[in-house]
Amino acid sequence: MTASITVARDPAVQYLLRIGDTCLVLSQRLGEWCGHAPMLEEDIALTNMALDLVGQARAVLTRAGQLEGECGGEPHDEDQLAFLRDERDFRNCTLAELPRGDFATTVVRNLAFAIFLRLLWARLTSSSDAELAAIAGKAVKEARYHQQHAADWAVRLGDGTAESTARMKAALDLLWPYTAELFEADAVDDAAAASGLGPRWADLRSEWRAEFAAVLGEAGLAEPADRAFRSTGKLGRHSEHLGFLLAEMQHLQRSFEGGVW
Amino acid sequence: MSDLALAEPSVSSRVERAWTVLGGVLDPEVPVVSVRDLGIVRDVIDGEGGEAGCTVVVTPTYSGCPATEVIAQSIVDALDAAGLGPTRVRMQRAPAWTSDWISAEGRRKLREYGIAPPGPADLSHGAPLRFVRGATLPALACPRCESTNTERLAAFGATACKALWRCRSCGEPFEHFKSI
Repeated sequence: MTASITVARDPAVQYLLRIGDTCLVLSQRLGEWCGHAPMLEEDIALTNMALDLVGQARAVLTRAGQLEGECGGEPHDEDQLAFLRDERDFRNCTLAELPRGDFATTVVRNLAFAIFLRLLWARLTSSSDAELAAIAGKAVKEARYHQQHAADWAVRLGDGTAESTARMKAALDLLWPYTAELFEADAVDDAAAASGLGPRWADLRSEWRAEFAAVLGEAGLAEPADRAFRSTGKLGRHSEHLGFLLAEMQHLQRSFEGGVW
Repeated sequence: MSDLALAEPSVSSRVERAWTVLGGVLDPEVPVVSVRDLGIVRDVIDGEGGEAGCTVVVTPTYSGCPATEVIAQSIVDALDAAGLGPTRVRMQRAPAWTSDWISAEGRRKLREYGIAPPGPADLSHGAPLRFVRGATLPALACPRCESTNTERLAAFGATACKALWRCRSCGEPFEHFKSI
């Protein structure tokens, strides 16, 4: 089996990994819907969004790997970072790695992330890192389209039948506690804000809540009560689900190093 | 010696020839529009950094567009075949590509191919956004019968750049090149 790489601890690298890994892991989860969505159009929509996300992840991980070299560590490419890191070195929010669940669960998660990523990419267009700003300039448009699609479904299902409403409520109850992690501030965020690399994610919280609540209001749904629970994926401490996802995603590169189609 | 110098095209004519060749390099997923029509070629530079051959600067349409690598290879193959190589393709992300860069010629070709071309891109992508009811989508003319009595079937389509629509007048489904 191909050995794992050692990732630089530099806060700028960690900040980029949080973005790149969240896009990558969410993309992998959305890709699981291929051939399983409730209708063909949605099968295509979910995999199209997965494609946008994996493209964003590739660009951000490439930049993260370059930064590793620039800060004195060993540089890595996008494939090494995606396929040769251990679970503890992944920095995605836990929300991204939770099982895809039913379609309502996927819709609620997509809505949460599309709003969040759109707000984040919009800020990153003025990043002090020119490459990250360029990636964001493209990604913000894609996130906006994803948000529109997820909001469309949230309203259709929330304001739909008794069954669809119940499933949306259950999905909200399940996922809501994990959204708090997105806005937990720490030293990595502070360093990014100080250097101009990107915003503190905590500073996106009020806008995110306002937009999320607006869609829920339209859907006849309400935010569940806040809880003290905090997930810790951004710090590398994940749920039991990420290991299984990585086992599937990394298997070929771990077994056949550098294998290509 | 002077004959050889004459046989070697001047820099500007080499760049012009490269642009002409690029007008024949087609998008692998919409094989009627060229990379020039799409507006993804930002620049052609001859002898960049003192190196022989041309550098073509290309902007990707979507972050995850799987055609990007095929397009880059097609550009290299076409310019090399035209004797303008060795060709290098450089990806440039900023400014981000917008469907507004598709040429009038490109729009005409899309329509004739059965794909409704994009309207003006909404540049307020940083603005808050809520549920958009179907009725508020801008009317789109059917590329076959030109009726605007059309509806969107799906926000996404067979490729990253397209959505699926249907004409209520002639009953035909058609693709729409998304405005982005």
